[in-house]
Formats: sequence, structure tokens, C-alpha cells
Amino acid sequence: MTPSQEAGSAAGPDDPEDRLRRFATIWSRAIFPVTATSLTRPEFERHLLPLARELSEALHTRPFDSAAAQRVGAALVDAHCTDPDALSRTLGVVDAYLVLYCGNDRESAEDSRARCARLQHALAAGYALALRERTLTEQEAIARSALAARSVAMEALHATETRFRAVFEDAAIGIGIADLDGNVLEVNDTLTRMFGGLEHHVRGRKVNEWAHPEDRPQTWNMYDELVRGEREHYRVEKPFYRNDGTVLWTNLTVSLLRDADGMPQYQLALMEDTTERRLLNLRLRYEATHDALTGLPNRTLFFERLEKALAAGDGARFGLCYLDLDGFKAINDSLGHSAGDRLLVEVADRLQSCATAPGEMVARLGGDEFVALTTGRETQHEVSELATRILAALAAPVTLDGREISVRGSIGIVEGPAAGERTSAEVLRSADITMYRAKSAGGNRFELADPEADARAITRHGLTTALPAALERGEFFIEYQPLVHLGDGRVHGAEALVRWSHPQHGVLGPDHFIPLAEHTGLIVPLGRWVLQEAVRQARSWHEQADRDRSAPPLRINVNLSPTQLHHPGLVADTVDVLERSGLPPGALCLEVTESALIGADEDLLKPLRQLAEMGVDIALDDFGTGYSNLANLRRLPVSVLKLDRSFTQGMQQHPADPVDRKIVEGIVSLAHSLELAVTVEGVETGVQAEQLRQLGCDTAQGWYYARPGPPDRLHTLSLADAV
Amino acid sequence: MERPAWAPPGIDISVPSVSRIYDYYLGGSHNFEVDREAARKAMQFLPGLPKIMQANRAFMRRAVRYALSEGVSQFLDIGSGIPTFGNTHEVAQTAAPEARVVYVDHDPVAVAHSQAVLEGNERAGIVQADLRKPADIFAHGETTRLLDLERPVALLLVAVLHFLEDSDDPQRSVAELRDALAPGSLVIVTHASYEGIPLPKEQAGGAVGVYKDIRNPLVMRSREEIAGFFDGFEMVEPGLVSMPDWRPETPAAQEDPFAFSGYAGVGRKA
Repeated sequence: MTPSQEAGSAAGPDDPEDRLRRFATIWSRAIFPVTATSLTRPEFERHLLPLARELSEALHTRPFDSAAAQRVGAALVDAHCTDPDALSRTLGVVDAYLVLYCGNDRESAEDSRARCARLQHALAAGYALALRERTLTEQEAIARSALAARSVAMEALHATETRFRAVFEDAAIGIGIADLDGNVLEVNDTLTRMFGGLEHHVRGRKVNEWAHPEDRPQTWNMYDELVRGEREHYRVEKPFYRNDGTVLWTNLTVSLLRDADGMPQYQLALMEDTTERRLLNLRLRYEATHDALTGLPNRTLFFERLEKALAAGDGARFGLCYLDLDGFKAINDSLGHSAGDRLLVEVADRLQSCATAPGEMVARLGGDEFVALTTGRETQHEVSELATRILAALAAPVTLDGREISVRGSIGIVEGPAAGERTSAEVLRSADITMYRAKSAGGNRFELADPEADARAITRHGLTTALPAALERGEFFIEYQPLVHLGDGRVHGAEALVRWSHPQHGVLGPDHFIPLAEHTGLIVPLGRWVLQEAVRQARSWHEQADRDRSAPPLRINVNLSPTQLHHPGLVADTVDVLERSGLPPGALCLEVTESALIGADEDLLKPLRQLAEMGVDIALDDFGTGYSNLANLRRLPVSVLKLDRSFTQGMQQHPADPVDRKIVEGIVSLAHSLELAVTVEGVETGVQAEQLRQLGCDTAQGWYYARPGPPDRLHTLSLADAV
Repeated sequence: MERPAWAPPGIDISVPSVSRIYDYYLGGSHNFEVDREAARKAMQFLPGLPKIMQANRAFMRRAVRYALSEGVSQFLDIGSGIPTFGNTHEVAQTAAPEARVVYVDHDPVAVAHSQAVLEGNERAGIVQADLRKPADIFAHGETTRLLDLERPVALLLVAVLHFLEDSDDPQRSVAELRDALAPGSLVIVTHASYEGIPLPKEQAGGAVGVYKDIRNPLVMRSREEIAGFFDGFEMVEPGLVSMPDWRPETPAAQEDPFAFSGYAGVGRKA
């Protein structure tokens, strides 16, 4: 129900209150469409009612007061009737209906019209004043808000700019901004310092002036893509020339900066100085790949190159020389390590001068082992030339501490196509084996690798590492070679010879592994085992001889290596072994090489002397190869001389070499005058045996009698002789 | 390109602002000549724009009262603009003094003005944030101070969703808002549409062009598209209708023909 309906029904048409409501209704209908109010029509009409009442009262108040009408005008503005149409419509309504609905009979019509007109004037003035006030207030408010918002934004901007400045200036990395033409616009101090400390060396220059020969190919492609807007960022390792010509290495990250519309605008470079790190890396890399003593490339670098060379393909070949100095250990032992080192440095220098062509390199693998590598298409003949050059370079003696030392080497050569057929390890092993062949053939030469020999070959390295386990697993065994008394032809003893039953390589003689055992120190436990085993065997022969009462007990000869000789436990170990087995000391003969006793002092001789005093025989093995001072023999606690086979070779033919005869005769005479027995090795013929017997030799061994074999075969021989 | 997070939004009053244009439509003087110029241009095509705005205000008023009658007395009014009169907090706090209101706008001038208007009102606050990033709204201290999200909230999206282009993914924004609100929460929406405008589409389109020119595109959507914003809400009677037809207090027939432009509706989160 609308108020007008209500007014029409509840009150009479002439009721003043009802008439006032009808005025308000008409007013409301006139201006509601032009207001912005969110009130509903009835609410708005109720809002106008008190204003209508004020106007009505003002129409009658005496004296006339226009203030009420001014208030009504202002109230319209307050009710959001800010559209000037609202005023004009209000004035129209007041003019047409105020007197009609709110007039009374007490006042003349003329007076009422005049008052109504004046009220309209006042209402309009009040409205205009209020609207002006409101407009000014709102304008001021929005301006203040805009200012406030701007200052908040400025503060925020200032704060972020300050933060950004701080980041820019104090950053530990170099920061630079350039436009898309490459003009450097801004750089921070860190970047300036990286480039040498002078800002004009950086600022105002163009980015593309900083090309460097070591730039990666994609560096400038990515740069072009970035400035064209096709790439947002890139990261490269990039060198720069500083103004003084030195090189700055950086990790460089470049990002594209776009404006608010997404158009490329600037490029931002962040750079980290990696010069020091790079130098350090290069140095570490150098140290990791070079030998500290000689400065030559080391094993690591050599393998890198070798692997590259082996995979080169495309018709390329490679040639490898594996060099091991002959007798270096003796030099080291006699002149000391410092001299040995100087020798190696000299050798390294000479080797380097041999391999100067492109594709050639020399490296030191360790100790006195060197390699020289040559690559290309002509290595088949080049590698032999290289080896020849190396041997020639070593030919001139090296002067150390005023002494001239002659250096010799043995070289193993491997040559072949770089077709990836063999691994670097296989190639090196083959070269190692071949070098050994060169060494076995007397040294100071080179040999070419032979696949068949390789297949059979045994590497020192493999054997060395397998030795300890071999001893634990019982892969060693002993063969015995009879010692025959030349006077009566009877077997009077045997030499114990150790063998290695290698799971892959079969039975290996002592030449193959004794030097290795000597080198690693394993010779001590191995030697002890041999002694134990041999003595146990001799003891069992003794028991058998006792039972049979047929023959004199057999003696046993056991070899002592130089290292064993130096071992402090030698005497105690030997005594222990003898005591445990119950073998009389007189049945044991320890063989020591002549070279091991050259220059021996009393300290070294003391254990031998002790053993000799106990009754153990000491034999001087390989006599005649070590240039020993014959006069010195008196001093040594030896009772047997074992004459080297080289003296007896001349007696294999008939007639025997007269010079050899004379020498042997002399030695035997000398030995006997010193009360030493003489044993000869390498007797291969009956003629030989007979000659030696005539010359007075006491004992002989050799293939003529028997090859080394198992203990029971020896027994058979011994029994056969007895018959 | 995304603005960097550290860059404050620019204050450039030489660029028209939709909040100040809205104020001008409602007869206010919280505006500058650039705003009035744009408003006058738009009104050349769509002279009934002030009536449409007035209908928005009237609908909002009824909807806020409806929310209070349903026991919801927390309000989150996004896109609140320049507070002139008949605002959410006035309507709500007149009916229920304990009602709490958080206004959200991304226009820094509107925000500064709101701060001035709301000074001293402990139960109303303003947050400068963007409807495109609802998470920022909920993370703001004023929101957490004033609203208890464990209880229902009336979310007002009055005359704001049509300022989000499809590339802004307004559906996702509404969904994120909905997911943050407690069951029983209401969403109060009005949205511009060519449907209901008593003018040929070509002519009304001129006004759309004006908004496009001031870089604040107005996206007219169909009823069906607008209904899509109520996904996850149950429509409150009478559903999605013209503004004057939503729970009218006076006969809708009395309303100006332009008041029937676009759609209004209220949804309730189950």
C-alpha cells in the first residue's frame, strides 16, 4: 500500500496532515527518477515528509523566515539529489502545489503566493550553497585521497628504490644494465672493480665490443636472440679483456628487461668473477695431470691422451713406447734417492726432446717407467724411430755428483690402428710385457709387441698383486735338483727350487716372481716357507736313510735372497726351523749370491757367521759373476763355492776350451787352499762332468744328472745311483 | 609482463578510474575531469548508466539486508570503489551495529579515500588487493583482523567481475574465494550484460568501447556465463534475475527501464 493510498483512505481529504502527505508524494514522484539515492520510493517519500512539513510551516510563520527553506534545499543535497534537475523539479512542485496543499484560509492568496515565491528563492539558494559545499568538500576529499595514495606509492617506491640501490651497489656480483643497442648505461662498483676499477672503462662502451677469441660459439647467438626479444635470458662462461689486456673470466647471466607492455627495453647482466677460481682449477688440473718431480704429464693425463688416440678412428694409428730404465734400482741404492731423482729429471728432459712433433707426447708413469706416445697415420715406422731416438738420447752418460753414470733402457713398443679395438689398459699391458721381453733379452733395446707373446705373458703387476694370496692359498711348491758327488757319482744332496703354480699362467719359475717378492718384501715369509718345507723334506729323507741304512743322509741347499739376508729374524727363524724338524744343522746349506755379499760389512756377515758356527754350510752362489775380491773370500763365513754355469759352458764340447779349463783349475785350487768345497752348476754332458771331476770339483748339478723334480724322483735317482 | 612485486602501482590521475567514474554516475564529485570526460562519453551511448548504477546500489542494499536476516554479519566487499553513500558498512551497521566489513579495491586512490571515510570505524577496514589474487586478500592483516573465516561471510562481487577478462580467469578467482569461505557463506553478484539493456547492442557497445579505451575493459557476459560464477553455490530465490527483480521491496514496474540491464543473484555455499 502506498502512502497516497493510505492518505486517501484513512484520513479525510481536507485533513492538513493528509494534504501534507499528498504534497510529499507529488514531490517524491517528481524527483525520485533524478536522484541517485539507494532508498526505495516509499523510504524516499518518508524522507521528504519532514522537509515538506518545514516548507508548510514556513509558509505560515510570521514574521516570514526563509531559513527553513534554505535548510530544505540543503537537505535535498544531503539526500543525494545532486542532479540540478532535482532542484528545478522541486521548485516546480513547490510553485504548483505548496500553497494548494498547505495553504489556509487565514492568509490571502496573494500573500501566500508571494511567500511561496520567496520560499522557492531561499530553497534554491540553500540547495546551491549546499551543493557547492558538497562539491568542494568532495573535490578536496578526492584530491587529498589522490595525494595520500601518491605519497604512499612514492614512499613505497622510494623504499624499494633504496633497497634496490643497496642491492645494486653492495652486491658481491657485478651488475650492469645496457640498452638493446648494447650501450652500457649503468654498472655497479663490483663490476667496475672486476674490469680494473675505472668506470669509464665500462660505462659508455658497447656490449659487443667485448668479444673474446675464447667466447663459446653460441654466446653471441644467444645475445642476438635476447636483444631481438626471442630469448628471456642466457647464462655462459665468458672471458673479457680488461683495458690492460689481462683477461677476466666470468659466469655471465644476461636477462631481458621488458617494459609494462612487454616490449624489450634493456638487458641486465649479472657477472661473477671466476678468474681466480679458473686459475686455481687450471693449476689443480695441471698438478693432477703432471708429475711433480719431472714436470712431465703423469699417468692420468697419459691415459686421457691414450684413450683419445685409441678412439680417433678414421684411419689414424698410434704408437706407444714403454720405457723402463735398466738397473735404476741399483743406482738408487748405491747413490741415494736424491741422485736417483736427479737422474730421472735428466732422463725426462732427454725424453721430452725426443718427442717434439705434433701428436707426440712423453709421460712418466711412476718410478723409472716412462711412456712416449705418437699418433697419426705413419706411426708404423715413426714409433721405431721414436724408440731409436730415445735409446740414442740415453746413450750419453749422465753426470751425477761428478760421476758419470751410464743409463740404459728397455723399450716395449705397441703400434696399431686407432679403431677402438683395444682399451688403454690392454695396450699398456702389452707394452709392459714387451718391455720385459726387451729387458730379458739384455736390455738397452726395444722390442715390438707380439700378440702371441702377450697371450702367454705375465705382467709384473698382476703377479705382484697376486703374490700374497698365492702364498696363503698354497700355490707355491718346491722342486729338488740333485747335487751329485763327482768323486763317487752318488747323489749327496739337493737344491730346493721354489715354483709357483699360477692358476692362469701355469707353473712359474723363480725368475718370474722372486724379484717381485723381493721388491714387495713378501720374500721374507715366502723364504721362510721354502726353508721350512725344504728342511721338513730333508728330515724325511734322513728318516728314510736311517730306516734303510743304505745310504748317507742327503743334504739340502736352500737359496737366501738379499732381503732375507738383511732380515733381523734370519738366525732365529733358521734355528727355529731346524729345531722343530730335528734336522742336524750340518745337513743344511744356505746359498747366498756373490753379488749380495759384495762390499758386505761385518754387521751383514754376522748372522751368516752365527749360522756357520752352528754348523750350517754357507754357499757362495753364482761365483764368478760379481767381480768379488778373491782375497776377500777368507773373510767370508762360507764353506762352498758354487761356480757359475758360464765357466763350465766351454767344457761341454770336446776338446774343452783350454782357457776355461785353466780358469776353473785356478779357482778350484784357490778354493781348496781356502778349505772351500767347489760345486759346479749347469753340467749337461758326460764329457763335461768328467772334465770337472778331473779338475778337482767336488760336487755338480745339472740336466746331465737330473732336472729339478718332485722329492720322490730324487729319491729314485739316489737309489738308482746306489746300485 | 607481470609487474615486479616490489614495484608499487602507479598513481596517475590523468588516467580515468572506474571507481571515480562510478562516483560521477551517482552524482558525486569524487572525480576529476578525465573521469567525467570518460563518463560523459559512455553516457552518450548509454544514457541510462546512472540508473544502472543506482539499481546496483539498491540491489546491494537489499542483498546486504538479506544476508543479515540470514544471520550473516561479516562482509567482504571486493571492488568497493569510492565510498560515497549507501555503502555496505552503512547499510549493514545501521541494521546490525556488530556487523563487520572488509572492503577490497586495487585502485590506490579509492583505497586512500576509503581509509579516510572509515577512520574511527573499528569494524570496517580497507584492503588494497586485486580480485585476480584472492590469496593476497586473505593474507592481509585487515582481513584477518576483521573476519572470522570459520563462520559464514557474505562475499560481495558487485559490478566487479565484468572488469575481469577471460584471460584473467575470473572463474578461478571466484572458486578460490569460495573455497576459503565457511559453509553457509553467501556470494552477492551483479554483472553487466547486453541482455536487458533497452537499446540495440551496437549502441550499448559504444560504452563498452569507452571502457576499452581507458584500459579498463568492460566484459559483457551472457546470463549463462554469469550463472557459471555460482558454481559450488546454491542459488537463493529468485535466482539469477534483473537487479530490480531480485526480492523487490516496491513494484519492479516502477523502475527505470535501464535498471533491468545485466543480472544480479545471490548464492549460498553448501
